[in-house]
Amino acid sequence: MSVTLLIEQLLNGVQLGTMLFLMASGLTLVFGVMGLINLAHGSFYMVGAYATATVTASTGSFLLGLGAGIAAAALVGALVELLVIRRLYHRPHLDQVLATFALILIFSEGTRWLFGSSPLRLSPPSWLTGFVTLPGDTRYPIYRLMLIGVGITISIALYVLISKTRLGMRIRAGESDREMIGALGVNISKLYTVVFALGAGLAGLAGALVGALQSVQVGMGEPVLILAFVVIVIGGIGSIKGALLGALLVGIVDTLGRVYLPIFFQAFMPPSEATGVGSALAAMLIYILMAVILAFKPKGLFSAHV
Amino acid sequence: MSESILSLQHLHKRFGALQATNDVSLDLQQGEIHALIGPNGAGKSTLIGQIAGNIRPDEGRVYLADTEITGMSIAQRARLGLGRSFQVSSLAEPLSVMRNVMMGVQALQSHSFRFWKPVARDQQLLEPAYAALERMQLSHRAWTPVCELSHGERRQVEMACALALKPRALLLDEPMAGLGPEGSAKLTELLEALKREVPILLIEHDMEAVFRLADRISVLVSGSVIAHGDSQAIKQDPRVREAYLGDLDA
Amino acid sequence: MSNHTASSNNASQNTAAKAALAAHANSHFNRKGLVQLALLGLLLLLPVAAYFLGHTYYVNLASRITIIAMAAVGLNLAIGYGGMVSFGHAAYFGLGGYVAGISAYHAFDLTPFMSWPFTVPGSDSMLVVWLVTVLLCALLALAIGAISLRTTGVYFIMITLAFAQMIYYFANSWPTYGGQDGLPIYIRNTLPLADSSNALSYFLICFTGLVLAMAITSRLMKSRFGAALTMARLNDVRLATAGVNPYPIRLVAFVMSAVITGLAGALYADLNGFVSPAMLSWHFSGELMVIVILGGVGRLYGPLAGAVLFVMMETLLGGFTEYWQLFLGLVLLGVVLFAKHGVMGWLAGRERNE
Repeated sequence: MSVTLLIEQLLNGVQLGTMLFLMASGLTLVFGVMGLINLAHGSFYMVGAYATATVTASTGSFLLGLGAGIAAAALVGALVELLVIRRLYHRPHLDQVLATFALILIFSEGTRWLFGSSPLRLSPPSWLTGFVTLPGDTRYPIYRLMLIGVGITISIALYVLISKTRLGMRIRAGESDREMIGALGVNISKLYTVVFALGAGLAGLAGALVGALQSVQVGMGEPVLILAFVVIVIGGIGSIKGALLGALLVGIVDTLGRVYLPIFFQAFMPPSEATGVGSALAAMLIYILMAVILAFKPKGLFSAHV
Repeated sequence: MSESILSLQHLHKRFGALQATNDVSLDLQQGEIHALIGPNGAGKSTLIGQIAGNIRPDEGRVYLADTEITGMSIAQRARLGLGRSFQVSSLAEPLSVMRNVMMGVQALQSHSFRFWKPVARDQQLLEPAYAALERMQLSHRAWTPVCELSHGERRQVEMACALALKPRALLLDEPMAGLGPEGSAKLTELLEALKREVPILLIEHDMEAVFRLADRISVLVSGSVIAHGDSQAIKQDPRVREAYLGDLDA
Repeated sequence: MSNHTASSNNASQNTAAKAALAAHANSHFNRKGLVQLALLGLLLLLPVAAYFLGHTYYVNLASRITIIAMAAVGLNLAIGYGGMVSFGHAAYFGLGGYVAGISAYHAFDLTPFMSWPFTVPGSDSMLVVWLVTVLLCALLALAIGAISLRTTGVYFIMITLAFAQMIYYFANSWPTYGGQDGLPIYIRNTLPLADSSNALSYFLICFTGLVLAMAITSRLMKSRFGAALTMARLNDVRLATAGVNPYPIRLVAFVMSAVITGLAGALYADLNGFVSPAMLSWHFSGELMVIVILGGVGRLYGPLAGAVLFVMMETLLGGFTEYWQLFLGLVLLGVVLFAKHGVMGWLAGRERNE
């Protein structure tokens, strides 16, 4: 069992990590380029999941639903940026926290009003159900494997976008010198809207993909948001590379901790107690990881800003 | 030991490929104004940072009188008697002038973990702070919020803050910057009177003021001190003329 | 302003300083003083009246407002006076709550809290609960603050949030004390000389706590420590240049802030007869921040005004629609975007910084 379990859990960790990366990359970009802390990022995750669930249910096509989810999240993101967020760029972080906290309340309660409190149904399409057998006789769900694939694809796409395209050049310029990109004649407010919508779209994609695995309900974005915060604090705020590394680290440590810590404590404790202690410690593990990393590197592993 | 109040010994600081400070040694004697000049990008800010404590040198030592302060925090250096003013004035804007000056007095008297007695009635704080303001001829503005002061007055507040520490040495970073001719003249006068009590390391762009005030001048170019002497010697030094020609013309 | 002539004579200098000070100090007891007095007076008198008219519900509502206000007073010390935007104060509120809950649980069960290496029994005494709360909250805040205060800005916000979540998940998955379901307090903890089970007495206990917390904050901010903390918030480079290291100043203020919020949490658990991970949740941290902002950041009476407003909105709007938080969100958005000085700024005029 042990090797199979390990491979399976490692894959689960990577899968969680890639989804966290989709969330964290948007957050870290928005912070890096606009200097804004956005708590409402979890709401875009939720919007993506709800739109995907609704469209999938009415059209029967998961792919169509997924497209709708990304589009809805990006659209809502752009609207939020135009109406609220752009008034916050020059405000203190406290104002940003409160305004985006207000947005969470509005989105969560608004969604509850429109869709009710019970979770929506969303499951992976039939062509993605089932298992594949990996080397070492590990049977692993195709859908989860696909999530890893999507995560890797998006990471590469983001890398290409930022390092090779004009938009990416502007984003990088915006990160290093906000005055300069104005001087270059780039329309900053348009750039900001695009970056914000891009981040929101990625969050929406993550919400839709994970929603099919867990459940689509109000408040689903909040635990992920906080994990994404841990990821970007570890990786260094503003750094995409840091977000990727941090996401994988958090995903793997969290997943393995939940499985192995209770097993570990069973070695010298009665099983029921070991499960309690083990799971309680496992819940704290990534935060301890964060504390340890911060103790040595207060600005995270790859700090983009000095 | 010598009479040096402040001395830098063989400081080196490198940022990546840039040698920002290259074997700089300087000292400041009792009763003098020692000016440090240099064109933009010469490494003045980096050097100030190493004296004030926000940058650690890679090599070399900094002494305040007989105490080595190389590894000390900004606050420790201040308590030992290193007063400084900033190029861009750095005060708590919404607070009154008095409140700004009182902080130095407070730090000097004891630790700040005193939770009960109100500072507003604390004569032990008020009187020395008031005296420092009078010294800078600013006591009539004691209760004005800093944000309502003119640029020149802020300079005076900064100096009063530094004086409140009963400093053994003053580190003044371009105190004349942004002052009109009148303000500049007034400050020059104040500094001339002040140097008898506290020696001053003056980093300044205003050459006229430097040549008038400084007893000694050191010229920093590309991280190294290239010349050292009194005003006359510096004015005639060919290397200085060369390094400065563009700068002076502009 | 005093228009004396500069003099080196010590006596006249002294009088000049004093005269300038006096002219300065009696500048405002006016609208602000009246609003503050009215706020505190109504908070005290209305529950007393309600009690004698037989409306215990309103007495408990007032206790709730009072306790939430006290928690916000604690947070205001960090955010408003210290400039440390802590997004994790629910951790201390919940810790205080769990101290009250766990202590009552063992006292009720007659089991010890721990039996090795020495025996620690439960206790149903509020004094014991409060003492333990102070100690534990101070320790936790010392650990969290020591790491978080090495950073600033967004990092600080996220890290305090993350550590509070750590405590939240820990409470959630620790089965001994109810895990997700929380822990009931069957009999309210007791206090000598007061009948804590009586609604009015309990309100008065909470009211005393709030007034003490506000008085301590007020006195603290006028002291040397307060002067240093104010300077740390406004310009920490200036503070260091003046010879005071900002880090320990901030850390001590952070710990004090956590202790006040923790004590409020202990009172809250006893009020509700129940403690659950909800007290530790980041929603509560957010709500506390909202209360501080609604009332007016860095104002002594701001947290009280904010708590009154918040609990009233919750009660009134909550009775009217179950989606009341939607309206809370809209109000909050409006306040942040358009009314920066909070309710107290609107009622009592802008705060002066002296």
